[in-house]
Amino acid sequence: MIRSELVQKIADENPHLYQRDVERIVNTIFEEIIEAMANGDRVELRGFGAFSVKKRDARIGRNPRTGESVSVEEKYVPFFKTGKLLRDRLNGK
Amino acid sequence: MSDKTLTRMDLSEAVFREVGLSRNDSAQLVESVLSHMSDALVAGQSVKISSFGTFSIRDKAARIGRNPKTGQEVPIHPRRVMTFRPSHLMKDRVASGNKR
Repeated sequence: MIRSELVQKIADENPHLYQRDVERIVNTIFEEIIEAMANGDRVELRGFGAFSVKKRDARIGRNPRTGESVSVEEKYVPFFKTGKLLRDRLNGK
Repeated sequence: MSDKTLTRMDLSEAVFREVGLSRNDSAQLVESVLSHMSDALVAGQSVKISSFGTFSIRDKAARIGRNPKTGQEVPIHPRRVMTFRPSHLMKDRVASGNKR
């Protein structure tokens, strides 16, 4: 399923809304999640899962082709953990 | 980092501000987005949201696990797990937003 198919499903269920409003609604939800993580916040959606930010320490990396060592700065990466309800549903519980 | 936790309420508040539906309708829409995504995943489909990321389903084989406390062997049954791969855009925004 891709973004446009998701929008279509929501639009079908809500005939009183314009398609472009449904698009804005769906985009707002995903934008809000990215914005929260960019601020270092967590987004916890019970039953679905939680988005959070993890810190990766600085390390000495290696260029795999040349074997040369390069320093990699500390960085922050997005992380998602599946919620219990969805995990159970995936396994037919 | 501010270490806040956002919930469905914050997402529906954002929808409310953006589109001007009632708070109730906004909450309902957030819920239907999540449930359509969940249903697709449970049906074994992956969910690809451009410039956000991809949720996909992986099958894990059965294996013998171990209770780390007692050392006892326990069978782990085959199962399905979901993984999330963030888009480059999300990675970049999270990296630059948290940079000190």
